[in-house]
Amino acid sequence: MKSRWLILTVIVVAIALPWCFYDWGHHRHAGFLISMLSQMGMMVILALSYNMLLGQAGLFSLCHATFFGMGGYATIHFLNAAGDGGLPLPMEVMPLLAGLAGLGLAILFGSMATKQRATAFAMITLGISELMATAALMFHHFFGGEGGVTTNRMIDNSVFGLTYASGLQVYYLILAWTVIATGLMYFLTLTPLGRMANATRDNFERAQFIGYDPRMVRFLQFALSGFFAGIGGGLYAITYEIVTFDALAAPLSANALLMAYIGGTSVFGGPILGAILITLLQSGVSLLSNSWLVYVGVMFIAMVIFAPTGLAGIIKAHGPIQQAGRMRGLLVPYLRLVIPALGLLLGFVGLVELMSFLTIGAAQGKKLVLFGSAIDVHAMLPWAISIGSLVVGGLWLRWEASGFHRVWEDLAAEVRR
Amino acid sequence: METLLISVINGLVYGMLLFMLASGLTLIFSMMGVLNFAHASIYMVGAYLAFTVSRFLGFFPALIIAPVLCGLIGAAIEIWGLRRVHHNGHIAELLFTFGLVFIIQRLVQMTWGMLPMAYRVPPSLDFPLFVMYGANFPAYRGFMLLVSATMLLGTWVLLKKTRIGLIIQAALTHPSMVSALGHNVPRVFTTVFAGGCLLAGLAGVIGGNYQTTEPGMADSMGPIVFVVVVFGGLGSLAGCFVASMIMGMIQTFAVVIDYSIADFLRPLGVVFTGDTLLTEVLTVPVARIGALLPFIMMVTILFFRPRGLMGTRDT
Repeated sequence: MKSRWLILTVIVVAIALPWCFYDWGHHRHAGFLISMLSQMGMMVILALSYNMLLGQAGLFSLCHATFFGMGGYATIHFLNAAGDGGLPLPMEVMPLLAGLAGLGLAILFGSMATKQRATAFAMITLGISELMATAALMFHHFFGGEGGVTTNRMIDNSVFGLTYASGLQVYYLILAWTVIATGLMYFLTLTPLGRMANATRDNFERAQFIGYDPRMVRFLQFALSGFFAGIGGGLYAITYEIVTFDALAAPLSANALLMAYIGGTSVFGGPILGAILITLLQSGVSLLSNSWLVYVGVMFIAMVIFAPTGLAGIIKAHGPIQQAGRMRGLLVPYLRLVIPALGLLLGFVGLVELMSFLTIGAAQGKKLVLFGSAIDVHAMLPWAISIGSLVVGGLWLRWEASGFHRVWEDLAAEVRR
Repeated sequence: METLLISVINGLVYGMLLFMLASGLTLIFSMMGVLNFAHASIYMVGAYLAFTVSRFLGFFPALIIAPVLCGLIGAAIEIWGLRRVHHNGHIAELLFTFGLVFIIQRLVQMTWGMLPMAYRVPPSLDFPLFVMYGANFPAYRGFMLLVSATMLLGTWVLLKKTRIGLIIQAALTHPSMVSALGHNVPRVFTTVFAGGCLLAGLAGVIGGNYQTTEPGMADSMGPIVFVVVVFGGLGSLAGCFVASMIMGMIQTFAVVIDYSIADFLRPLGVVFTGDTLLTEVLTVPVARIGALLPFIMMVTILFFRPRGLMGTRDT
């Protein structure tokens, strides 16, 4: 009952958000916000479909962007055909066609990759990803080489009579498809296939023993996740009207992994959270700092080591304590964690920025500016402050963390009783 | 004939370089079941470290120091990273090394900058070894062959003829038994991981000035090495060697073959014209799709033999 309200709230917020930042003076929408929200929609689909493999079937795939990109390329060609009058289909079903393109490719590659699982599966998917990325640069007819392929999304064929000239209309199309795809993917987790995927993830020998073919389960799960990734790619093509090989290259696959994992693979909604968070950070932090990848990488590794359940898993762990009404007992321990954590963060960010401005920044002729004053990266003081707060924050945090752990264990034991 | 001979030698050099990387990866994998995604990143670090060390001490000290430093980095990764995530399963270990790729990549860029380094072949090795059909064969390639062959022999002797190798081999298949006999298995793991990273670092030292030392070198080398490991069969050193050689040959031969599939079909009376996707795929010369070949080979072999060339076990 509660999660139903949460879903409704999220959808309402997603619908209302473009209007909250409407520029009434110029009668204009905030373009940056709408493009960021559109990006979020696609990434939510990508991350959720990735989690069909990583979280639900325990498959570590590295070629997820291949199907996303394939959906994108296919949509460009479909839109071009529709623009020429060769494909009399409305805009609203284009993502579905893109999904089918992703599905087709996923069936082809899945029949090979899903013969294996775990590490070998990961390696094969890496090979597939590289194969497709290299092929995309090489063949001009379908992929357009380095320049990619372009289209015009105003095909003048819509169920609702929309032109899709403005970003807002496209955003609502994306939102609708995101909701549909999310609903379908959630529905899939309830089907026998979804359950069997979980079973083969946890113990594939036993699943085999009771008469299921784990390979078939992996294959179906892989093909379907390719279908949803294709839908995401279709929306990408509609939004940007250009698809280059970036849409199917390895960095996007890695991004899907990061979003799903940081959000939390054990909870269905985790990847949604991850996709929103990473897209926000990407549009925010990457403007401020060129060391964006270090932060994401460190965040990811920290999650792998300390919180393998992801953000959603951490939130979920609070459930029993919250139900028992003991959240107040965690308030002070959390506050005590915040100060050393901030120190650690400050020291780390300081060091990374100082280092990168020493080399990359110097090559680009940039200067490190903090609070309006330039900082000399060759001076001793900023380095000393950064290293100091890193070390002090780290040690302090370690000490506080063990205290927090004790409080947490006590509370959890009390709640269980 | 001359292109054939030159291509064979070049393929041998490249294949040995690949094998140096792939053997470390295979050792680590067959030992710990972990595929170290960061292996190519260590290769890159090896090249950069060699560049820095060789600026101060010269190339030959760098040949020793840089791989040892890479080995130490590997040991640190194993002790403080992999061991902590080990109890979360293999996927967590894979994810961990995958995350390392980003961090190492960026740290290298932050330390040495984005531009390629001027890491050159040492002057003492910068002369033609012999002249073959009017083309010079650089002494450095001979040196690369020498180093990799020595390393191959050294690894073989270490694994097959020493007590340490015996324990490593035993821990490969029966870790709990080895542990019960009083050997420190986690330390054996650390040793193997560090050893694999040392080999990667060594490959970086001699590969860095053969190719170019730049921040993208891990990304360009990584997939090929993984293809080699999968092609040869996960966990099989012999398969890994054969696959490295095949891959090295393919990569060098592809550059000199100027035929396309359409050229082979033409004598049969099949001619492709026009401007369609099929024509493009069929008429592209092999030389242009050289980069694509390793991946096509991998997908093909997996289709017929999912375990790879000489793989003995599923993962």
